Amino acid sequence: MATPSRDVARFAWQALAGYPVRTLLMLIAMAIGVGSVVVLTALGEGARGYVTGEFASLGTNLVVVLPGRTETARLNPGAMFGETPRDLTLGDARALTRSSRVRRVAPLNVGSVTVSHGPRSRDVVMLGSTSDLLPVRHWRMARGSFLPVMASDRAMPVAVIGQTLREELFGAEGALGEWLRIGDRRFRVIGILGSRGRSIGVDTDETIIIPVAAAQQLLNTQSLFRILVEARSREDIEPVRDFVEAAIAERHQGERDVTVITQDAVLSTFDDILGALTLAVGGIAAISLAVAGILIMNVMLVAVSERTAEIGLLKAIGATPRQIVTLILAEASLLSFLGALLGLALGQASALGLRLALPMLPAYPPPWVIAVVVTVAMVTGIVFSVLPARTAARLDPVRALARR
Amino acid sequence: MIELSHIDRHFQVGDQRVKALDDINLHIGAGEYVSIMGPSGSGKSTLLNLIGLLDRPSAGSYRLDGTDVTALSDVEQAQVRNSQIGFVFQMFHLVPRLTAAENVALPLLLAGMTAEARQPLVASALEALGMADRSHHRPEQLSGGQRQRVAIARATVTKPRVLLADEPTGNLDQKAGGDVLAILEGLVDAGITLIMVTHDPAMGGRAQRQLAMRDGRLVSDEQGSPHGDP
Ligand SMILES: Nc1ncnc2c1ncn2[C@@H]1O[C@H](COP(=O)(O)OP(=O)(O)O)[C@@H](O)[C@H]1O
Ligand SMILES: [Mg+2]
Repeated sequence: MATPSRDVARFAWQALAGYPVRTLLMLIAMAIGVGSVVVLTALGEGARGYVTGEFASLGTNLVVVLPGRTETARLNPGAMFGETPRDLTLGDARALTRSSRVRRVAPLNVGSVTVSHGPRSRDVVMLGSTSDLLPVRHWRMARGSFLPVMASDRAMPVAVIGQTLREELFGAEGALGEWLRIGDRRFRVIGILGSRGRSIGVDTDETIIIPVAAAQQLLNTQSLFRILVEARSREDIEPVRDFVEAAIAERHQGERDVTVITQDAVLSTFDDILGALTLAVGGIAAISLAVAGILIMNVMLVAVSERTAEIGLLKAIGATPRQIVTLILAEASLLSFLGALLGLALGQASALGLRLALPMLPAYPPPWVIAVVVTVAMVTGIVFSVLPARTAARLDPVRALARR
Repeated sequence: MIELSHIDRHFQVGDQRVKALDDINLHIGAGEYVSIMGPSGSGKSTLLNLIGLLDRPSAGSYRLDGTDVTALSDVEQAQVRNSQIGFVFQMFHLVPRLTAAENVALPLLLAGMTAEARQPLVASALEALGMADRSHHRPEQLSGGQRQRVAIARATVTKPRVLLADEPTGNLDQKAGGDVLAILEGLVDAGITLIMVTHDPAMGGRAQRQLAMRDGRLVSDEQGSPHGDP
């Protein structure tokens, strides 16, 4: 006596529709559980996406070289000629271009300077680099051009400035082609950087970029702050790292006195932490699913006792205990499924609201969460209905029918 | 067809033992029309439920068509109820959210019949009771007499051999009660075995065979005239 599943589903549906208040209550409980898992994991994913996005905005496939113990170039004022072993130099940077796995190399000097134009002046961060810095950092020009391609030791007096700096020094006037001053040197403005909106690291709006050789003269140093190396692909990152270490060691009399960081390693650490956070938050939200499950159990128990006479009748006309269990469980699974759907809609709507409110946060629930949460909701609903279903199946039909 | 011998049914209420049925011996043949009468609490419903396999005796044997049905499993008993026995209750016991047709279809649905196979059987069962034009009504939209007709359609849609009716007119007015009785007697004429519990002597007196109970015992077993001519 296997009742066609279409009939079971229909019967379950009619049972749910027959008690709208009870059904709505359970739907809401289930939906809140599912919805909170969806929206909280979306939030976690959003945070993860935000951080990884920020890292990606630093550049892709980056290998960063920093001098071993001396972090700041200023600590070597006496380096008049040649290279002291511990410094990173333009020569080191040039040597790093010699691998086919390396796409670009951007040497970098950083300093705090006062920039002036006529009566106006401003303290900003100065970057000294080469033409490769623009593509390595994924920056864009708003106007004019970036540093020209040339030998890295040429101290050409040109500068690229950020939007805020341009506004504060030039106001409404055109800045391109104008001269500005850093210390006692004059630089001609050849380009304006595009605003990036967001970026960890440097605020490009308040930056001035000049050729690395000019920066070294201003800072009175031969050494570099960093060398940014861009590998050709993700797979090339590790070989490039090895190459960089070997190449620098060779130039530094065999001493491994630089630190080489791959962006990948940093990123994956953050990724792991935030991924774990998402799981934890989702797990906490899942507790509300369990609460929904317990609520379902209670309401199903009430439903069974409310429908005692009906269950007695079903038995009288030949329902087996198993059929009774099937009917009750079908009702519970249908309810859980509808509740899960409602919860998904609720969660997705909340995630959408989150994205609208915080546009920098890519708050999308991960796809696997959707699959898992629907499954968990169904399983919870069914498991917690086993007891009520069994209670129903064990009812004594004579007594059940005597109840009104 | 129905053979009860030395049937006892006890209930333990607190520390008291209630003998709802006490040494019942009864044979009922196929096609018989039997009424069971007696005062309230005399064991009529208990006997009927036992015959309908809704209850098991405390002692004694019950053979249905020669097989000992008390030895059957729950599932087997459910199958016997589904295919061979029809119930009609005083309270109708229709499922309130289902239409008349859906209520009538329930036993077939439980038997695993497809919707296509059920449909003509349901239609003809309702038709036979003059309820064809009410098949999409819900119980609340029907009068008491109409509800009982739907319940009878449900009890007969599987073409059972035995129909058990416990005070089938107890909740109906005189006119509707008379109609329902006429319908049940029509089924007897068509060959069904009808066992009807009633406390109304005028109704019980119409049966061919009239049983009387008192304190869980059968106290009389009389052959009356068919369909109650005095
Ligand atoms: N489930 C039960 N538990 C205890 N006593 C019961 C139960 N069912 C019936 N009885 C008792 O058995 C006796 C017969 O009941 P019943 O068959 O319902 O009588 P009738 O239908 O003739 O009015 C009554 O005394 C009743 O109280
Ligand atoms: Mg009774």
